[in-house]
Amino acid sequence: MSAALRCEQLVKKYGELIAVDGLDLEVRAGECFGLLGPNGAGKTTTVEILEGLNEPTAGNVEVLGMRWERDERALRQRLGVSLQETHLPDKLTVEENLRMFRSFYLRGRPLDEVLDLVGLADKRTSWTERLSGGQKQRLAVACALVSDPELLFLDEPTTGLDPQSRRQLWDVVLGFRSRGRTVLLTTHYMDEAERLCDRVAIVDKGKVIALGTPQELIASLGGQQVVEFATERPAGPDGWEEMPSVRNARRSADGIALTVEQLHVALPAILARAEPLGLTRLSTHHATLEDVFVHLTGRRLRE
Amino acid sequence: MNAPTAGLTSAPISPALWELTLARLRLFFREPGAVFWTFGFPLLLSIALGIAFRNRPAEPAIVAVTSADLDRALRSDAQLRPRLLDEAAAKEALRTGKVDLVVLPGPPISFLFDPARPESRLARALADAALHPPGAPPTVDKPVTEPGSRYIDFLIPGLLGMQLMSAGMWGIGYVVTEMRTKKLLKRLVATPMSRAQFLWSFVVMRALFLLMELPVLLGFAWLVFSVGVAGSIALLVGISLVGALAFAGIGLLVASRAQNTQTVSGLINLVMLPMFVGSGVFFSTARFPDAVQPFLRVLPLTALNDALRAVMIDGGSLATVSGQLGLLALTAAATFFAALRVFRWR
Repeated sequence: MSAALRCEQLVKKYGELIAVDGLDLEVRAGECFGLLGPNGAGKTTTVEILEGLNEPTAGNVEVLGMRWERDERALRQRLGVSLQETHLPDKLTVEENLRMFRSFYLRGRPLDEVLDLVGLADKRTSWTERLSGGQKQRLAVACALVSDPELLFLDEPTTGLDPQSRRQLWDVVLGFRSRGRTVLLTTHYMDEAERLCDRVAIVDKGKVIALGTPQELIASLGGQQVVEFATERPAGPDGWEEMPSVRNARRSADGIALTVEQLHVALPAILARAEPLGLTRLSTHHATLEDVFVHLTGRRLRE
Repeated sequence: MNAPTAGLTSAPISPALWELTLARLRLFFREPGAVFWTFGFPLLLSIALGIAFRNRPAEPAIVAVTSADLDRALRSDAQLRPRLLDEAAAKEALRTGKVDLVVLPGPPISFLFDPARPESRLARALADAALHPPGAPPTVDKPVTEPGSRYIDFLIPGLLGMQLMSAGMWGIGYVVTEMRTKKLLKRLVATPMSRAQFLWSFVVMRALFLLMELPVLLGFAWLVFSVGVAGSIALLVGISLVGALAFAGIGLLVASRAQNTQTVSGLINLVMLPMFVGSGVFFSTARFPDAVQPFLRVLPLTALNDALRAVMIDGGSLATVSGQLGLLALTAAATFFAALRVFRWR
């Protein structure tokens, strides 16, 4: 499959601060690719460089086989961009905003089709300031879709939105991808990455620290289940990994978190050791990308 | 698809410059504050100043006297209004500004007055003349009330110039900076939008606005104060247009790098203040010393006001104002291209 987007050894420095530190990325045509990482990991800087809105200190960027320094005008015709925060003019209606964005492009989709797609058809004549946060965000995405782009950039599209608005936006993204188009999105929500992305790059401190499908990344933990518990007398992380079916052990906020292959095999042994220490809490969940991130960095995504 | 959305597809997509300009106009008219400052404020200002400086008969000078003889002698002059008081009350009235002059009987007759107050000096001169009538033949007074030579005739072109300046500076400088603060500029340059067209839409907006502002202010001045236009209306529109473009350019340049609206407000005031004071909006630039005259003459607002007055008051032709027009056109072109060059889009 051909690459819709490629960057090699991308570096961005702001004085002493290194925001992006030798980042490699390849997004295939037709996939939804996620940059997952905590705030300040360099996701937005990376995406803005890929969008041609920021200049890298070093490194190569190729978008749809073209380069920003040579082909900016042609490239912009083929991309859709939704920034992390954009304040669209408050006192323009949904339709007026969309129509303005449409006028910048040579080709595009009919406005009412786009409005239907993002579920704002009944808000067409509302001023933008009257929209809810989720509706504003869907309008921002609509402005990115109105040119019928080949490649769509979404920077933290659902940050701060309620669950229903998030799901509505997810449907928009999935619908876009199902037309064979490419999406690059950044997020710090692991569920969003798992739900939307064909492949995910986990980014930390300006570098890609893991790459793969969400299933591959979770499988790399060695187990599909996570057991977390806390005890009255502190239990150290050592010795747990020798227990049957336990693949990994680490400290969590107030106790221990174990990655486990088979819950019914591991649990009796875990309980046998933890109960004498005064077990105060025990829970289990399916391993997520969050656990992958914690496993790789020792920190949580939302910290 | 439901019926109400059906009309949209057929609506043609307009060129970007048109859509951008349309957005500017819509955003303006949906902001009541902006509409007031552009259309209402100049009218209120011209009413207030028109009332304050209206032509009226001179107020008589109020003079305190301490004897009935003096009272009678001064009463013969209509420009003097004597008040009979005792000496202490008279001095007190002078001290508190209730009278302009105190006349004490002599001999010799003495005048108590404050030489720092013009009306006090005037009252002294009037009283002196009334008490010592000269043998010279009487003079005839001709108060100046002809249209074209009143203060309001001077003021209206100045207000028009000021209006073109502040509307350009605030209407563009502030709005552009706000778009930058809200990351809208960044979002727009992520599209293939032409950056020159974006800046140009502000210039077009100012030109369109001018066609609304000009009739409002001139119509008002004509109806209320009978201020007419001595020269060609077309030339006046032309001058205003070039002036509006010059200040559109300056507004864009001022906003070209400002990161927040506080910075740009400061810059706008910094640029406008010398012109408010020195470009002959409210009083003639002739009041300033000769040494600063060359500097005042190259201020865009001075050029604009001079050209507007030349056409409105003196009926000047294109040839008379060509120097000012040239300066304004040059300002417009230079600032627009400088702004396009240094503009910060993120």
